[in-house]
Amino acid sequence: MQFKIQVFLKSSVLDPQGKAVLGALHSMGFRDVTGVRVGKIFSVEVADGDPKEVRGRVEEFSRKLLCNPIIEDFTLLP
Amino acid sequence: MKAAVIEFPGSNCDHDVHHVLNDVAGIPAEYVWHRETSLAGYDAVVLPGGFAYGDYLRCGAIARFSPIMAEVERFAAEGRPVLGICNGFQMLTECHLLPGAMLRNRKLKFLCRDVHLRVERSGSLFTKKYRRGEVLRIPIAHMDGNYVCDAATLEELERGKCIVFRYTHPDGARADDSDDANPNGSLASIAGITNTEGNVLGMMPHPERLSEAVLGGTDGKKLFLSLKKFLEGRSA
Repeated sequence: MQFKIQVFLKSSVLDPQGKAVLGALHSMGFRDVTGVRVGKIFSVEVADGDPKEVRGRVEEFSRKLLCNPIIEDFTLLP
Repeated sequence: MKAAVIEFPGSNCDHDVHHVLNDVAGIPAEYVWHRETSLAGYDAVVLPGGFAYGDYLRCGAIARFSPIMAEVERFAAEGRPVLGICNGFQMLTECHLLPGAMLRNRKLKFLCRDVHLRVERSGSLFTKKYRRGEVLRIPIAHMDGNYVCDAATLEELERGKCIVFRYTHPDGARADDSDDANPNGSLASIAGITNTEGNVLGMMPHPERLSEAVLGGTDGKKLFLSLKKFLEGRSA
């Protein structure tokens, strides 16, 4: 089973990389861009099993390793 | 009395801190590979600076699951001294021995220069030899040292006197969060914190790099001498 897990800094946390990219877009002339956040996507292969159980374990390791819940949120992409 | 310097793939300040412990402070130190599972016989643990696992994922995030870390967590829970310097501090936040987390430096640059710190608390076992309010000049060398935590945690840190070092101006005046004297943008200019019990210290600056006059300064030395005094008191 394949999972895609997206990780972003929480909206309450300033994303200096996103801010730098936003600044670059503005200096390129894309003045209408009002916000950029930089995140990560993990593509994970897991051996087949009970879908609900596997999903639960993917959520568990996403919380424990793939993101740091103090500063980041994760989303399982469909 | 014996200290363990934990070595991870990518540690690069392990030899420096081993040298300062052994040859400058007089605390016998040994290297302990991260695959080990026991800290029996050790009285203090140092998580050295560097780039464990290449800083992949997040700094310290993978090192946190090295086999020795479960033992480091147990060691810390027993009230024994654990010092994390730079990458070691990042590991301590990742494994929740210390609260908060590290973000990329405010200006997105790797910073390698001397900074000034004020000793906010002299009672900790790592700072007994310092005066409160003393200003130290110590180098930093990191990309992700922008300390952050939520408002409730910050209040707990302040109330528990857990903030041990803050970035300041050379005269000791507190650096503003946006000020260059706070090099990485850390919340409340935090450079080093302990846990509530005071036995776990994490700090971004490198005291082991400025503990000998031949290297240009000795402001970091008293940290290791404080630790030695504490360990002597324990074994007496």
